[in-house]
Amino acid sequence: MSTTHGLIGKSVKRVEDRRFITGHGKYTDDIILPGQTYASFVRSPYAHAKILSVDTNAAASMPGVVAIFTGADVENVNGVPCGWQVNFKNGHHMKEPKHPLLVADKAKHVGDAIAIVIAESQAEAVDAAEAIVVEYEELPAIVDASKAVEDGAPQVHDSAPNNICFDWALGNPIEEVDAAIAASAHVTTLDFVNQRLVPNAIEPRAYNASYDQYNDKYTLYTSTQNPHLIRLLMCAFVLGIPEHRVRVVGPDVGGGFGSKIFHYTEEALLTWCTHKLRRPVKWTSTRSESFLLDAHGRDHITKADMGFDASGNITALRVKTYANLGAYLSTFASCVPSYLHGTLLQGLYTTPKINIDLVAVFTNTTAVDAYRGAGRPEATYLLERLLDLAAHEMNMDPAELRFKNFIPPFDGVTQPGYQTQVALQYDSGNYHGVLEKGLAMLGYEDFRKAQKEAANNGKLLGVGFSTYIEACGIAPSAVVGSLGARAGLYEVGHVRVQPSGKISVYTGAHSHGQGHETTFAQVVADKLGLPMEDVEIVHGDSEAVAFGMGTYGSRSLAVGGSAIIKSLEKVIEKGKKIAAHKFEANPEDVDFVEGRFVVKGTHHSAPFSDIALRAYVPHHYPAGLEPGLDFSSFYDPANFTYPFGCHIAVVEVDKETGKVQLTRFVAVDDVGNIINPMIVEGQIHGGVVQGVGQALFEGAEYDENGQLTNGSYMDYCMPRADDFPMIETASQVTPCPHNPLGVKGAGEAGCIGSTPAVVNAVIDALWSGGHKVKDIRMPLTSERVWRAMQQ
Amino acid sequence: MIPVAFDYQRAVTVDEAIAALSSGDGKILAGGHSLLPAMKLRLNQPAKLVDISKIDALKGIKEEDGEIVIGAGTTHGTIASDDLIKSKLPFFATAAALIGDVQVRNHGTIGGSLAHADPAADWGALVLAADAAIITKGSSGSRRVAAVDFFQGLFTTALEDGEIITEVRIPVPAEGTKTSYQKFSQPASRFAIVGCAIMKKADGKINIAFTGVGEVPFRDSAAESAASIEAAVTAAAEGITVMSDHFASEEYRKHLAKVYLRKALEAVA
Repeated sequence: MSTTHGLIGKSVKRVEDRRFITGHGKYTDDIILPGQTYASFVRSPYAHAKILSVDTNAAASMPGVVAIFTGADVENVNGVPCGWQVNFKNGHHMKEPKHPLLVADKAKHVGDAIAIVIAESQAEAVDAAEAIVVEYEELPAIVDASKAVEDGAPQVHDSAPNNICFDWALGNPIEEVDAAIAASAHVTTLDFVNQRLVPNAIEPRAYNASYDQYNDKYTLYTSTQNPHLIRLLMCAFVLGIPEHRVRVVGPDVGGGFGSKIFHYTEEALLTWCTHKLRRPVKWTSTRSESFLLDAHGRDHITKADMGFDASGNITALRVKTYANLGAYLSTFASCVPSYLHGTLLQGLYTTPKINIDLVAVFTNTTAVDAYRGAGRPEATYLLERLLDLAAHEMNMDPAELRFKNFIPPFDGVTQPGYQTQVALQYDSGNYHGVLEKGLAMLGYEDFRKAQKEAANNGKLLGVGFSTYIEACGIAPSAVVGSLGARAGLYEVGHVRVQPSGKISVYTGAHSHGQGHETTFAQVVADKLGLPMEDVEIVHGDSEAVAFGMGTYGSRSLAVGGSAIIKSLEKVIEKGKKIAAHKFEANPEDVDFVEGRFVVKGTHHSAPFSDIALRAYVPHHYPAGLEPGLDFSSFYDPANFTYPFGCHIAVVEVDKETGKVQLTRFVAVDDVGNIINPMIVEGQIHGGVVQGVGQALFEGAEYDENGQLTNGSYMDYCMPRADDFPMIETASQVTPCPHNPLGVKGAGEAGCIGSTPAVVNAVIDALWSGGHKVKDIRMPLTSERVWRAMQQ
Repeated sequence: MIPVAFDYQRAVTVDEAIAALSSGDGKILAGGHSLLPAMKLRLNQPAKLVDISKIDALKGIKEEDGEIVIGAGTTHGTIASDDLIKSKLPFFATAAALIGDVQVRNHGTIGGSLAHADPAADWGALVLAADAAIITKGSSGSRRVAAVDFFQGLFTTALEDGEIITEVRIPVPAEGTKTSYQKFSQPASRFAIVGCAIMKKADGKINIAFTGVGEVPFRDSAAESAASIEAAVTAAAEGITVMSDHFASEEYRKHLAKVYLRKALEAVA
């Protein structure tokens, strides 16, 4: 491949796939260090139990055992922190009970760690862990967030009365919203559950911590989405080690979906252990542990009312949500149901009055935190379910109802951004456009005819819509700081031009499947007029990259890419000075065109590589100019970005069994400018499958004792290729007006838009057969759909 | 996860395998798709594994003495694509192709599945409907166990300690026999929530067997003796303990049994 320019917008094959597809990726578990030891954990089998005693005597003398630590050993070590402070309505800080590295007194969810065994081999560690005897006194457990707040419910933490972490509200005053609802011609009400999901990254979490006592230097290899943030949280909040003594490396990472953003107890505990033992300690989660410990997603219980006037204009939205946070506050748990959920309740609509009332609750379950979309899928599900249901109830067309209520198009340049009732200002949008395109791709009128015909023949076909918006490109630091974030959310992009003119780029974004090594190289090669193979993208090592906030919230290109652009601009500006000196011209008279520095109006020009060499061999060089061509930039975005789109699902429901077959899926997404259409399409496909997974297949099931009853792939149903038709995708491009690439982000779109489209389609199919059903709880198993038809 | 330490012995003949099983707490390793996950979770902790996957005598499909003989070590994948099976026992091929996924079908064996006796495994319904016999062998010789006597309870069979399954023998169906296997899969594991196997003989007599519905696969004699499809559907899966889980309650499972029986009966009508 030696394309030199025009790379932006091309479906270049992913350069990282050569190693991934041939099985030569290098993951944390692949790393074995000299003197390696292995860890295994003793974990609570109870969701809520006092720990009466821990007897490690027999285990300690077993073959290969190097050390055993229990909760008592780490009692004076801090717990892992939460990165976002949300305040109660009354202004008090949220409750932040300690999340200890090992529990000493009370286990608060199944899988809570009681002891760590470190041995010469993994098998010896597992054997010894099994020989540790723990005496428990089982306590009643609480798993349901809405019941956890009742008086008399089991208390997870003594410091959080009624299990409330915080309560919170956003939007217009509730009295105004109540009044608008009361005055509405029609009110659609939905009581529903946005169920808990297990993230299921294909690579389980893995950590390998080592300590070099002679240089007082730690290294932590970790399967993470953001190595610098892990270093920051672990050093500053947990272990009190200065960060220059700690190197954190995130090598190849096999998927995260949010679950690898967070700073987990095992990362800090292994780092603490390696210092004690002076030997490297490795732990790789088993799949069973992944189910029990990787922070789960969603888990909202919601009641929502949407008011309409007589002609179908939305008058108000009122939302009451209980968000289940699990037993401990994970790194970003507090902001997901609040600032990433409540702020999206405007959707694409001109709703004049909105209020959300939220209670965030501790329960005896696995911690819940950001999972692909994080708060925005919950908001979208709520809105889009209400819209389709309202259309049924008011006997209106769901597409018409949306057109009637859409915010009119605005480009954010000549027209201002759109100020919502819930604290955000949308950057640019053309919401009518995506729905029109989606309807055309579907052949909407023909579908409705076919649906009627099918109903007459006893078949149930349904169509469901979802027109979504998300807030991505996370995030302007000052804004999130004012909302409680305890970190900035800028990104770093460092461009090092080598003397030969080849480029090394160091980014704080961290790919765990997104294809940054391709997309970022496309951007850099395009801007410098170089072939892609002249550009390498380096990420994931705190020692190589100055700083970074990592990859989540569809931010990598919008924020990380923008930082790289800033550095490229500095490279070109300096290059012009060096070229001007060579040609005895003024720097202002030098242009950079297709990889060459050109003196305007002359035939004088020099290739990029020539100027790069001069920067490093500055024999004939501008006076006073530093040698070298190497720039680092921090980019802090001016606003979030707001991708949006229209997802349409078509389903057939088997009348006899309730089995749902997804027969078509149309996705029109507007993610701003596109660097690599193939990668964007891949992200949409993956996201759609994940979102449909929530609608039809997935869901963590707890019994009343707090046991996860489907914690294996035999029972937890993941979506599979044969569950899907070919996904029909299309793009609309409304550039982001406030970042240099005009990009908005594509990582979460598919997962945000698809879920309500599928559920709406099933409900529509049932209505077509005369079953006027308001809701079916996700996942829409065959039995649930069948039962809905029996009513 | 890592199993508890165990000994491993590979047998190349059936007698060698039987001898190996006669000493100590041994378990047979065939395809390993049920046993190994249970061992990794330490739910099963055998002291010794006797690997029979390399015993050629246990593999293959042939016609012999008026019976179709399927070696116990034959994989689901082999059965799914075998010409003799496809022509004489087409519902065996249908069922085999619906088991798990390609990897499972290429490793898992019919003998392993029958011996494990998961109540939702497909083969139970098939061997019952086909009037098959399960041939076992132990230190005291061979036994022929009718399929109807083989399944005794949840994960419990007529196999005695130290015995292994060597063959499944099915009478060659007469010309004009029709068969059907209709399955509603558990979406995650793809085991049967309901599997209904039917063999309709040339004389019109119908064998009806279910798997996934009760704690053991069973012949539904009430449905078999019904005079019409309608009557058979009404009679099906009544009077037994129907299983329940979060994919299918007792009520829904019973409903599915009737729906899938109707599909099967209509397929052989």
